[in-house]
Amino acid sequence: MSEPPADAVPAAEAARLHATWSDPPGLLGRLASIDHKVIGRRFIATAFGFFLAGGLLAALMRLQLARPQNGLVGPDLYAQLFTMHGTTMMFLFAVPVMQAFAVYLVPLMVGARSIAFPRMNAFAYWIYLMGGLMLYGAFLLNVGPDAGWFAYVPLAGPEYSPGKRVDFWAQLITFTELSGLLEAIVIITTVFKLRAPGMALHRVPLFVWAMLVTAFMVLFAMPAVMLASTGLILDRLVGTHFYNPGEGGDALLWQHLFWFFGHPEVYFIFIPGLGFMSALLATFSRRPVFGYSAMVLSLIATAFLSFGLWVHHMFATNLPELGKSFFTAASMMIAIPSAVQIFCWIATLATGRLWFRTPMLFALAFFFILVLGGMTGLMLASVPLDLQVHDTYFVVAHLHYVLIGGAVFPLFGALYYWYPKMTGRLMSERLGRWNFWLFFVGFNLTFFPMHQLGLEGMPRRVYTYPAGLGWDGLNLLATVGALVIAASVALLLFNAWRSARHGEPAGDNPWQAATLEWATASPPPRANFDRPPVVHGREPLWEAPREPRHVKGLATDAREVLVTTVLDAQPDHRAGYPDPSIWPFVSALATTVLFVGSIFTPWAAVWGLAPVAIALTAWFWPKPHETDAHLRMERAPR
Amino acid sequence: MATRIRPLQRRPHARGPEPRTFAAAALAALVLGLLPLAAVAAPPFGAGSQDALRTGGPQAALILDLWRLLLAVCGVVFAAVMAAFGVALWRARRGTRDTPPELQGPLRGEPRSARLVAAATGASAVGLCGLIVASVLTDRALARLPLSNALHVELTAHQWWWQARYDDADPSRTFETANELHLPAGRPVLLTLHADDVIHSFWVPNLSGKKDLIPGRTATLALRADVPGRYRGQCAEFCGLQHAGMALEVVVEPDAAYAAWAERQRRPAEPPTDPQAQRGQRLFLAGTCAMCHAIQGTDAAARRAPDLTHLAGRARLAAGTVPNGRAQLAAWIADPAAFKPGTNMPGHRYAPEDLDALVAYLETLR
Amino acid sequence: MCSRCRERCHRPRPPRPALGLALALSLPLALAGCEREARRLELPPSAPLAAPSKAGVLYPGPYASAPVRVTAADPVVRGQRVEENAYAVSQGKRWFRWFNCSGCHAGGGGGDMGPPLSDDRWLYGHELPQVVASILQGRPNGMPAFAGRVSEEQAWQLAAYVRSLSGQLRSDVAGGRSDAMGSGEPEQRREREVPRPDAAPPTVR
Repeated sequence: MSEPPADAVPAAEAARLHATWSDPPGLLGRLASIDHKVIGRRFIATAFGFFLAGGLLAALMRLQLARPQNGLVGPDLYAQLFTMHGTTMMFLFAVPVMQAFAVYLVPLMVGARSIAFPRMNAFAYWIYLMGGLMLYGAFLLNVGPDAGWFAYVPLAGPEYSPGKRVDFWAQLITFTELSGLLEAIVIITTVFKLRAPGMALHRVPLFVWAMLVTAFMVLFAMPAVMLASTGLILDRLVGTHFYNPGEGGDALLWQHLFWFFGHPEVYFIFIPGLGFMSALLATFSRRPVFGYSAMVLSLIATAFLSFGLWVHHMFATNLPELGKSFFTAASMMIAIPSAVQIFCWIATLATGRLWFRTPMLFALAFFFILVLGGMTGLMLASVPLDLQVHDTYFVVAHLHYVLIGGAVFPLFGALYYWYPKMTGRLMSERLGRWNFWLFFVGFNLTFFPMHQLGLEGMPRRVYTYPAGLGWDGLNLLATVGALVIAASVALLLFNAWRSARHGEPAGDNPWQAATLEWATASPPPRANFDRPPVVHGREPLWEAPREPRHVKGLATDAREVLVTTVLDAQPDHRAGYPDPSIWPFVSALATTVLFVGSIFTPWAAVWGLAPVAIALTAWFWPKPHETDAHLRMERAPR
Repeated sequence: MATRIRPLQRRPHARGPEPRTFAAAALAALVLGLLPLAAVAAPPFGAGSQDALRTGGPQAALILDLWRLLLAVCGVVFAAVMAAFGVALWRARRGTRDTPPELQGPLRGEPRSARLVAAATGASAVGLCGLIVASVLTDRALARLPLSNALHVELTAHQWWWQARYDDADPSRTFETANELHLPAGRPVLLTLHADDVIHSFWVPNLSGKKDLIPGRTATLALRADVPGRYRGQCAEFCGLQHAGMALEVVVEPDAAYAAWAERQRRPAEPPTDPQAQRGQRLFLAGTCAMCHAIQGTDAAARRAPDLTHLAGRARLAAGTVPNGRAQLAAWIADPAAFKPGTNMPGHRYAPEDLDALVAYLETLR
Repeated sequence: MCSRCRERCHRPRPPRPALGLALALSLPLALAGCEREARRLELPPSAPLAAPSKAGVLYPGPYASAPVRVTAADPVVRGQRVEENAYAVSQGKRWFRWFNCSGCHAGGGGGDMGPPLSDDRWLYGHELPQVVASILQGRPNGMPAFAGRVSEEQAWQLAAYVRSLSGQLRSDVAGGRSDAMGSGEPEQRREREVPRPDAAPPTVR
């Protein structure tokens, strides 16, 4: 149970701190904000916006497939629909929303005043937003990509995808990989260097571990897709031959590069979901998750192993069979660390005191849905079986079971869980339960029949199918389920919108949870904590308070952040942090012009650099008043 | 800072119905999802002709066996995990917001839980090794299909049709056809797979797993069809606008019937005797048709579109999109884009008598 | 949060001229994109051209016959502005390969038995209808007449592609590199060859 600190902060100090860390007023102030909470909320809202868009696209697809030889959507539009759906969900929703939650929560959970590199964090958000808007603008102008979210060459190459559609897709990759990489750097640095004193690595919350591991994976995997998409852009724009077998290139090179990124990418989505699970189950079982070390090692093992699986997306190609068997083994073995996590959670549930609220329901659904998806994953890991069900609706069923079960359900639970922290109000529990059950039933109605459809021979990415093959009924059922999902999501939106004004006031810690973000107000003050906490254990708010409890002496008239050591979080030095700045936004605009221009001409890479250089220079140019403030804060060593 | 909050629910926080309703709902969802399996019982015409669960040959049968094994094992594992999960939910005590968190147990160490988790993990690892072995053994068996006296067929995939060349030790006995393969029952077939433009995938689920056809690479696939019948295959790698319209029909027939079919395929087209068909042939050769299509025995020798030498003997047109028949053939020729939007075959506004003549000629191509 | 809300409500909204400007600037780009990316897959079929259509204006030269006209209003064009449609140009490239134009004009249009298509010399006219006419009617010294052999739509697509070989098309519409062995510079990167009015006829082989 949490205790209010005995040494309450004087109101004047808190007010000065608030003023120091506030954003300037007006539209420019909002654009210049580098407050990770502001950026985090925007990031989450934007990601959910893309989720809705992707869901609408899926609804259209399901309406087309409800009946055989339906005439609602033709082949060209359908190709754009499934490409946009996949691209949106993978690049614009699933990965960014996890990073968004991390951006909001990680500094609070580690007891920091700010996220590391706040301006770069803002820039990463703007780049993500602009990339997504570019893609949807392109889609609305009939130049949206239509070669699949994975854009296999030669179909996506210059000869078979005329026009600029695939170029917009390839450039979206550039936007999202830049954003993802920068966010990964921000998260890693925050977790390593800005933790509250006493929060040694073995006391870091499991959600933060999950985000740290994910961020490292992003660093290693994103460059592969960057190379792949750069090769594609060059092939299409400039005439290189990376993927041209006629001139020594290789169509499979694309697949290797893409999937070397693409497989870890689903773990960028899944591992944060595991982090959410640990946070939710701990709070709603009223005990820490069982087996902390095993949980952390499992996260790390999953991350490592996930880099050794990518060929399982290529089992139908003419790669050597013995090599493929290696990837069968690896794809099956990765189930072990995930199994460890699941068993530890079951042990947590069995020995806990269970409290059923909407966030807990969403977490519990994970066990049913993700484990089922994991089972079909084991089936797909086997080469012979994959050769039958690869590129069929069986895979569609599997991927939705693991991604929605493993990430979206925990994500919705996380939304219900942390919404009070972000807004100060609880979401409606009644609407939440309706939301949950509709989503659970709708999801299974939609995707379970697809296992059967795949086994019965229905391939993926077909805009229609003939009558008489026995697929009609199951497709109709799946479409009905999709409409149920739509209703459920509408409920979620309504709940979130309504609760912003009419939800019950939450207070600091409505769930009586253990981690540090609940030690401050809801929503948190501008500087996160009036005085940063000092941590003495893994569950700071559950353990009896010990002295020292807070960090005193950080400046309140300038932005000062305490930097600690990597392993044991001993105070290391005090860093002066920058004031709000419009330059990340302007740099993102300039970078957008550069990227979009280079879709049309390689010369954009040259003349587009000028505004970017100017904006970056303005960004990094030392501001006199900031420098003065930081010099004033310096203390000579004694 | 810590304000008193009203209870979130009016219900007392006793062992509530939540876990029961949860389990019930899960069961309902599972049943709902499984119900459709029963629908397979009474298939309408054509159902089961493109189906991995109805095997017509040893490759598909091996894979189906593996599927059954995996389904059983994974089913047992899933049930076990759900049982453990259900038991944990059922038996755990209930808590509320104000329940003091349990910290002593974790600090002391929880040997029982640790043993259970370790045992479950160990069992999982052993089970996974078993599945790996099963998978590798199946892979090996698939690779060991006896290939003596194999029929060699070279398949080239195009956007959006299948070109098939039946090879023979005697080159004069090779022949080409398109979109419809006939295979002798019980005889192994070795397919050599090429792609002309983009990546396609050959997949006849009743007979075998799939194989991608990748430009610049040559793949092979060995299969054997044991059960006579008509099977439907479909391209299984997104290849553009008419990926959905790129079906392949595989007719498996006894040796004698296959040999008769192959002999017919080797013969060039007979010159038409009927004046209307002759007029049709002139239209074919003098017009756009001969620019892309070949008919052995005439001057039309282009290979950009399906070989039409024995068109009238095929069950379907346009890679399975249109049933073959006089009226459908005429409709297809007049406006291919109405059936297959995005097709590379241009439409023609023929005069009615010209179209009739053309169709009459094509119908002589048995 | 309540206090922030209240502050926002009472402050007047700042004007947003930038939005209007951005829309105005992007509209032409948008419209250009619209035509470029259209895929007209279900156009009604055309009648086969049993007899060649009227030819375009032939260039004055020693071999010119009586000049005849064809206009862009010819029913063939049907609102499909082939030269601004990337899909149409890529189909033209497909026909160029399929109908063996490269057999005489070489893979990248560099010329072999037939004259080069990638240079600035146009014997029988460089405008789109004139190129269509050359394709459909045939030309002296070996260019076959393709009227009745290719559909009207194919002829226009071919002609648009042929013009792209000398860089006449916008670089965002013209095709990229081929998926084949060396066929020269991708069409989108070719310098625009300004057609020369004083082209001399080729030497008779």
